[in-house]
Formats: sequence, structure tokens, C-alpha cells
Amino acid sequence: MNSYHLDHLQYLETEAIHVMREVAAEFERPALLFSGGKDSICMLRLAEKAFRPADIPMPFLNIETGHEFPELIEFRDRRAKELGAKLIVRTVDDAIARGLATASASETSRNRLQIPVLLGAIEEFRFDCCIGGARRDEEKARAKERFFSFRDGFGQWDPKNQRPEIWNLYNARLSPGENMRVFPLSNWTEMDVWEYIRREKLSVPSIYFSHERECFRRGGQWLPIPPPHSENGHPDPYAGARPKPNEKRANLIVRVRTIADMISTGMIESRADSVDDIVAEIAAARVTERGTRADDKSSEAAMEDRKKAGYF
Amino acid sequence: MPIPAHHPVDILRFNTCGSVDDGKSTLIGRLLYDSKNLMEDQIEALERSADITGGGQINLANLTDGLRAEREQGITIDVAYRYFATPKRKFIVADTPGHVQYTRNMVTGASTANLSIVLVDARQGVIEQSRRHTCIASLLRIPHLVIAINKMDLVGWSEERFIEIRDQFEEFLPRLDMKDVKFAPISALNGDNVVEPSPKTPWYTGPTLLGHLESVHIGSDWNLNGFRLPVQWVNRPNNPTDARLHDFRGFSGQIAGGIVKVGQKVMVLPGGNISRVKEIWTYDGPVTEAFCPQSITLVLDEDIDVSRGDMIIGPDNLPGASSDLHAKVCWMHPRPLQCGRRYLLKHTTQTVQAVVTAIEDRINVSTFEPEPDAPDLALNDIGEIRLKTSKPLIFDGYATNRLTGSFILIEQGTHATVAAGMLFPPTEAVKPEYTDFSI
Repeated sequence: MNSYHLDHLQYLETEAIHVMREVAAEFERPALLFSGGKDSICMLRLAEKAFRPADIPMPFLNIETGHEFPELIEFRDRRAKELGAKLIVRTVDDAIARGLATASASETSRNRLQIPVLLGAIEEFRFDCCIGGARRDEEKARAKERFFSFRDGFGQWDPKNQRPEIWNLYNARLSPGENMRVFPLSNWTEMDVWEYIRREKLSVPSIYFSHERECFRRGGQWLPIPPPHSENGHPDPYAGARPKPNEKRANLIVRVRTIADMISTGMIESRADSVDDIVAEIAAARVTERGTRADDKSSEAAMEDRKKAGYF
Repeated sequence: MPIPAHHPVDILRFNTCGSVDDGKSTLIGRLLYDSKNLMEDQIEALERSADITGGGQINLANLTDGLRAEREQGITIDVAYRYFATPKRKFIVADTPGHVQYTRNMVTGASTANLSIVLVDARQGVIEQSRRHTCIASLLRIPHLVIAINKMDLVGWSEERFIEIRDQFEEFLPRLDMKDVKFAPISALNGDNVVEPSPKTPWYTGPTLLGHLESVHIGSDWNLNGFRLPVQWVNRPNNPTDARLHDFRGFSGQIAGGIVKVGQKVMVLPGGNISRVKEIWTYDGPVTEAFCPQSITLVLDEDIDVSRGDMIIGPDNLPGASSDLHAKVCWMHPRPLQCGRRYLLKHTTQTVQAVVTAIEDRINVSTFEPEPDAPDLALNDIGEIRLKTSKPLIFDGYATNRLTGSFILIEQGTHATVAAGMLFPPTEAVKPEYTDFSI
């Protein structure tokens, strides 16, 4: 009987496929959040495994902050096309223009501004479920989240009042206006994601591999220098995210470990230029993935507060 | 801890339970810290909050207590999941709260566990919470149990005290039908016998806690007898570019028991149609056999009616089929369970209507004695009930199959998950209409 045994990646894979098929069967209008980042790349492979030879029975949705790495956008569009999927993109800029979101003068990160855009897209397309690539090992508030995370009519997560989730029996029932966020990768770690990318031979955006880039030092991190602002009459979208004269600049060999947008992503100095190198680098890493995310450093409860407001 | 490349490792899922202040979160913090699974920024964050709120003392519990209210009150509210790895295994840890009012979360965390750690404060010995947690672990049929007697430093590392508490447990353990129970004297705060053996317990010859977690045998925790495939989703390509797929009709699901092979006979329940497995389709190509808990897509020989909620089974170890059910339930909602009430019942991949026809008893978790004539089951109560469903369920006893023997109850209207249910074995196996349903 010993050959009937799953290793850890096979176990995580079958669990995630089961979750995805539950979504397809239990919801009327699900969407899959796809950013082009490493976690959502794994999700697409899992969706293929769950639904082929049929089409993946849901569109892809991405909420752009407007500060994306161009490599990521290119990769996202290409991958959606390869898979024959419908890709829906909604942007913070558009939401600001339509008055759905208001930029704060003191906050350069548009992380929070993604919330009303996401909720707007859910309303516009009447999505009853969004599949996301969040993992519990990323962050303390995420560690408390269910696979099927219930959101009320305002998109809010109430951590003290979550539905108990027992065995693999997911309660997908909703009333009109309510919404579910589903996280098939809940039990995956950063290492699992890269080992899976290696096993499945998945391609990832080039910025995950080492490359030369001009960066500047801020808050103990190397941040990428944003693209130049063209004088087009609009305010600089990267205002506040450009290096100040006293901030050190350097050309470095770097890569990203986790991708938010250009404003919130710290570059790490690395020579890893293959998936094998990355796996080895993570095995030896002494800081967590989110240690390079500026958006989580603002306070101990930064993620909890965003999630309560309707974040991914 | 680095994982050697290409080294196949398996996953052990465990949960920790105990009363408030028994040191559950500290223990997990200690496991992560001593097995070098903590990162510098996590240690930094701990030190930062130690300077602000802890008077300079690092609080390992802050690693798992992630919600604002938890850190403020110094308690764990919800199940927190943690992940760590050693070269031997990967671990998924469910840190489950000790408060009576959060017992439902313990059931949540324990339902998928291979192993439970029940923490006991060496000064206090067995208290009601210890009995409750051990009872729930036994009820959920968690295959392995570890009783970690914590804070041994506060009782002078007394072997006598350790034996006294072990004896307290052994007084009631025989009634609980737990097969594998281990006892370990530890100090989570100081790390004794957690990852490294302690010099203070020369009288203890067992493994450290981590040593046990790394080596306990979990190979047989899945059921490989009697093929069960609850159909989750019917796979019918809409506009296949590949002409061979025009008539493709596959039945997708996660195998909930047993092994299936190409060419074997299967029956679809509750309809009773019989067919043969033509192909086991996976994204990575067809396979000749598949087993629990793999996710697969079955293609059958004949075009028969199969939809979500049906169960495809093999010819041996037949399940039961009935709409009269007998089950133990753990009640998880402030509105009590009452006889005559209707609920939605989700079992494998189908959701049916159910009405509670009888409450047989309530289990007193302090004495483990059933108390008959319970008028209702309140939040955190465990009891035996009878249910009638609008459609027959295809099921096994929970003791033989956790996946086909379990269900949840959902309150209509609010859609709250109100109960976890474990079915008693069927009184008789399903009777195939066709006598040739055998090998």
C-alpha cells in the first residue's frame, strides 16, 4: 500500500483542485483574481488541472494600482490569452476619475485604493465569488482566514465571526449582495509555490530573476526608480515615490521576491537567475517574503485593517 | 531549515489545544524558533512589540496571535494556521483556542488533523478543558494524541507530578477509544523537550515533541478500502478544438476512499447504474489507477446520467444508502439545536434538506457519560441525534471514512454553519439491483 502516497506538493495540489471545483459548482458567477504574480501563476495551473479539457469556467480579474511593473502586465495579458480566458482589468486611475476612489495626499501607496475598485468590479459584474492567491503563511491576519472567507454586503471580513470550516465541507451559501473570497493556496508556503513552479515548469515574469536595475534606498529597502513622468498635464502618479536628493541611488543586481506594485515592492540583491536558484535562495533566507513589502510595515495590524475593509 | 532539493517529504497536520494560559501559542512559537523556522523580521517584530508592551520580554505567543483583539486581550480568538518544515517533514499547525466559547474552532482546527497536542499546566493537572479537548479529539477520530505536560519548570521537574497527571488521564482514556497516546514533560517557555532533549528530565526516555512529530507514522491515515468518488463537477468541454473531445463527458472529484483502476466496474449511486471505467483523465495525461485523496476526472464506458452529488463507487466494501441518519454532532451556534427544526445538510458534494427527528442524548464531556432527555443542544454541546433527509445519502460510518462519514448543518436564512456531524455506520449496505455487480 505504500505506493499509494502523496508527497506534500501532491497533497496541496489535490486540496486546491478540490476547492476550485467546489467554487465552479457552487457559485453562479465566480471570478479568478490574476495579477501575473507567482501565486496566481500557480492558481492558473491548478485551474487547468481542475477544469481541463473544458474551459476554465470563470473570467480572470485584475485590479491595477497604475504603478505596476510593465513586465507583470505583459506577462498577465499573454498568459490569459494563451489560456483562452477572458481578462477583466479595472484600474485605480479610472475609479479616481469616476469619483469611486479618492487618493489621499499623504499616502503614496495605492494599496488601499484597490479596495473600492475591487468592490466596484464585484458589483459591476455581479461576481458572487472571487478566487484569490493569498496564503496563510504570508501574514498574521491571513493566518486566520478560512478557505471560503465570507464577506458581508459591504465586502467586509469579520474575523471574530467566521464560519467554522470542518473537514473539506465548505459552506458556500450566500444571500443576495454577499460575497465569498476563496483561497485555494491557503495551506501553501512560499517554498511550496516555488517548488510547484519548478515541478510544473511554469514560466514567471522576468522580474523574479536577477537583473540590473537602478534603485534608491528608503526605509531600509531598495526601491525601484519609477518610470519618468511625461509632462502630459496630469499630476505625476509617482509623486512621493521618487528618490529625494538625499536618498542614496545605486545600480544593483536585484530581483523581486514578492510583487505588489513599484511603490510597495522592495528589491532584493540577488544573483538567482533560475527557479532552482530561487528555491535555494528561499531555503537559506533569513527574512520573510513580506519583509520586503512596504505596505505591511505601516503597523502590526495593517493587513487586518485592510481585510476588514474588503481587501483581497 | 533548508529542505534538500528533490527530497520527497510528506505533510503532518496537527493542532494544539489546551486551556487559556496553558501555553499553546508559546509552544508553537517555541517550535518555530528552535527549529530555525523564524525569520529575522519576525523576530524583529516580536522584539518591537516586546519593547512597547512586554517590558522587554519577548512573547512567543505574539507570533500566532495575529488579530488586534487577541494581542490586546492576550488570548487566541480564532484558529491560526502556521507552517514550518524540517528536513524530515512539513507541518501544518492549527493553533486552536482554549476558551469554552471557542470550542467550535477547536473542532474546525482538529477536523483535518493527523495528530492533536493537548497541553496541560503541570501545576493544575487535568481540568475540565483537558477532558473536553481529549473528548473532541477522540470524537473526531484524530489518529494520534500527545499530552504535553507543560510548565514542568514550575513544579521543579518532578517526575512524581508527571506520573500523577498521566494517571489522571489514564483513568478516563480507556473510555475514549484512542489508539496512540503519548505523554511528554515540557517547558514551552524555556524550550525543554520541545526541540532539544532536556537535561532536567533524566527520568524521561521518550522523544522530544518535535522528534515525535517528525517520526509518527501517518501513512495509513487515509482510507484505501472501498472506492468512493463524490462527483463534484461534470466536465463537458463547450467548444473543444480537439475533435476527439466533442463527446467528452468526465466526472470530476476528489477520491474520498479507496483505489480506482481503468477497466473496473463501478456503480453510480443513488441511481444504481453500472458502468466500467474507460479512462482516468488528468491534466498530466491519463493514468491507469488513482487513489484517495487524489483529484481526478473519470470517463465511463457508457453514457449514463451522472451529476454533482452522485457517488461513484467500486464493487467492494459497499456504503450505506439511507435518508434516516444517526449521528453525533458538535453544536456550533448560539441558537440551540431543537427537535423538529429543518436545516440544510452538506455531505460530500451534495446539499439536502434535513429535519432533526430526535435528540437521543447529550454527552457530558467531564464524565463522558451520555445524558438522556436533553431538550436541546446548546453551543459547544456534543450529542447524538437522528435526522431525516429529503434525499438518501450515500455514506460510511465516520470511524471508517472521515470524508464520507461527515457532514455539516447549515441554518436556513442566515446560512450559518451550525453543526459538525459524524455518522454512525449504516445498518445495512446498499443493495445493488443488479446481481452482477461484483468482480
